[in-house]
Amino acid sequence: MGNVIMADLARIPELLPSIIEMVAKVVFIFTMNMGVFAPLLGWVERKQSALMQDRIGANRADILGITAFGLLHTLTDAIKLLTKEDFIPRGADKPLHYLAPFIAVVPALIAFAVIPFGGQYVLWGHKTNLVIADLDVGILFVFAVASISTYGSVIAGWASNNNWSLLGGIRVGAQMLSYEVAMGLTLVGVFMVYGSLRMTDIGVAQENFFHWGIFLQPLGFILFITCALAENKRTPFDIPEAEAELVAGYFTEYSGLKFAMFWMAEFLEMVTISGVLVALFFGGWQIPFVTHEGLVKFFGFLGSNFAQVAVMVVHVTVFWVKVLGWIFLLMLIRWTLPRFRYDQVMELGWKIILPLALVNIFITGAVMLMVM
Amino acid sequence: MSEYQMDLHTEPMILNMGPSHPATHGTVRFLLKLDGEKILNCDTEIGYLHRAFEKHCEAGTWTQVFPYTDRLNYNSAVQNNVAYALAVEKLLGVEEKIPARATYIRTIVCELARMADHFTNLGAATLELGALTAFLYFVEARELTWDLLESIYGARLTSNYVRVGGLSSDLPEGFAEHVRKVFIKNREFWREFDKLLTKNRIFLDRMRDVGGISQEDAIAWGFTGPCLRSVGVEFDVRKTDPYLIYDQLDFDVPVGTTGDNFDKYLVRMEEIDQSMKIVEQCLGKLPKGPININDAAVRNPSKADVKTNIQSMIHHFKNTIEGINVPAGEIYVPTEGSNGEMGFYLVSVGGGKPWKCRVRPPCFAITQAMGDIVKGAFIADIIPTFDMINLIGGECDR
Repeated sequence: MGNVIMADLARIPELLPSIIEMVAKVVFIFTMNMGVFAPLLGWVERKQSALMQDRIGANRADILGITAFGLLHTLTDAIKLLTKEDFIPRGADKPLHYLAPFIAVVPALIAFAVIPFGGQYVLWGHKTNLVIADLDVGILFVFAVASISTYGSVIAGWASNNNWSLLGGIRVGAQMLSYEVAMGLTLVGVFMVYGSLRMTDIGVAQENFFHWGIFLQPLGFILFITCALAENKRTPFDIPEAEAELVAGYFTEYSGLKFAMFWMAEFLEMVTISGVLVALFFGGWQIPFVTHEGLVKFFGFLGSNFAQVAVMVVHVTVFWVKVLGWIFLLMLIRWTLPRFRYDQVMELGWKIILPLALVNIFITGAVMLMVM
Repeated sequence: MSEYQMDLHTEPMILNMGPSHPATHGTVRFLLKLDGEKILNCDTEIGYLHRAFEKHCEAGTWTQVFPYTDRLNYNSAVQNNVAYALAVEKLLGVEEKIPARATYIRTIVCELARMADHFTNLGAATLELGALTAFLYFVEARELTWDLLESIYGARLTSNYVRVGGLSSDLPEGFAEHVRKVFIKNREFWREFDKLLTKNRIFLDRMRDVGGISQEDAIAWGFTGPCLRSVGVEFDVRKTDPYLIYDQLDFDVPVGTTGDNFDKYLVRMEEIDQSMKIVEQCLGKLPKGPININDAAVRNPSKADVKTNIQSMIHHFKNTIEGINVPAGEIYVPTEGSNGEMGFYLVSVGGGKPWKCRVRPPCFAITQAMGDIVKGAFIADIIPTFDMINLIGGECDR
């Protein structure tokens, strides 16, 4: 045993680049999610809805008169939520009530691990792959983790000892169950076309603009985005937290930071969904009509290593810009449409999306047989 | 008996919706008996906003009742002023002597208030169905309409504008131009709202075939206004029992067929359009002249007159201290409020104070049917149904 550890320790210098790479990637994604998206999306949502509704939006919080376009509201929100009383209702199941928000937020964070936010680069002889965990099950990992997140909401609904929360919790359970089945099936076409579940493979395969998922799987794309919206629990699928019916649904009895964790989970899920959409249907980090080699050649004047760095920066930027575009679109939908009713959501999931997903698989198979 | 055949004991969930719940604006309470999401029984409990309006009225003079009427249906406050003034004037027997200009202006403010009411109602309904943007479009239209009303009587919510025998003030300068500008914008908002919702599949699914009621039931419950018209009964007090100048105006009364929430929505949308037409017609025909009755015993004479004429001075004093002397008798005058038939039943035993002032609020009769309408529906159906019934706590509970 000791020998093995010693042997492993001896390999540290050799593994050092990989360790640095790993830590850098994790830190980058964690900062993007927790440091940039989670707090900033609240501001984006406020400002975007204000723009759509002829309002000004958040603009009051200031430090010495500087409002920074309402950005400081994010800070005041954080302070407020941190200092607020953490209220646990009488008769609530305390451990579960405490645990639920964690179960909701942690999976939302780790789901991003398998989404590639850039391609593969050789930097100073070290091969770098811009994805935290390049799992061969890829997208299935996202589904699995998203399902765990559902437990958070269901447990929250149950543990609050409140009828409104309970109704919300039941709705979450039913909605997630129905849409996870459909969501998995909508993507089967994608796996068939690219012949892989590994998300980096799918990303590489989309180097040709006309091989983007949206062109190869148009029906799959429409079905997937519907399911993704439902998984995200936002209008028009926000029946678990429909504020006009269920007060706030499963998090009615949450306050302070625990409430903020549900809130953050929702935003992070939105980022993850946008990431998956971009990675599977919109070419991931690829730029239309620009190949990896072409880009490297373009930056050739920087020398081979710095050219790779430049390409990496461009690719990562392209990826996040695409993700931001999707977040914008998802918010546009959220602020425009009214919400479904519980039974209508179920009907849409089981009677329309599921059969269509099966049809999509069949068509994909038939076309592939003909083409090959 | 094997375990599988045994009856799994379940019991309905009792859910207390309101009085303080996001959907029960105007404080009402639904005691729901639920089987899952299905409503087995819904008990509606009103009265949380009871302020003894009718008793209050007996304490003041006839004129002092006006501010109280503002607080009935606060979305269209000025309509209550008009309804009350019409009833008192009829009891006084002076309704023929009201100057034409005052009648025209009363019609204009009534219709503006109807627009504001429908804007609010439809907007709030979409808000509660989750479509926030459409809501804010109609709220802006409502605000613009309230700007018009504010320019007339200085208040946005509590009008206190109409007086027995006339009005408190004339229209401001350039009012017609202001109306023209606002209506251009309002029509724009109306079109956008229409585009966002009327053919929106989700909205249709939520509204259609929900909250319907048969014609017989609607009449039996005492439905009036948009809710009655949506089941196909062409009943509008403005047409059947014209008051003000409605018999001289050209407007349509929209009717629906099934009486479901979508029909109620469409009826209200069309009524907004018709109200705009009515206002435009009134402004086109608006006669010049006084706005108050030339009878010092009913409407206070001008200050200049009071200071120079002893008769006017006495009336001013008597009107203020004792109130207008209304002869003994009783009367019921119906008007078409935004929600339906809004009537005042007044009893006078002579003297300056009402002996009894009873209001017929439209939404009281309609809210009765709430339990029947939503029985067997889903809990989510309460939202659009209750919105389209448009309970206004101030008016229902008084």
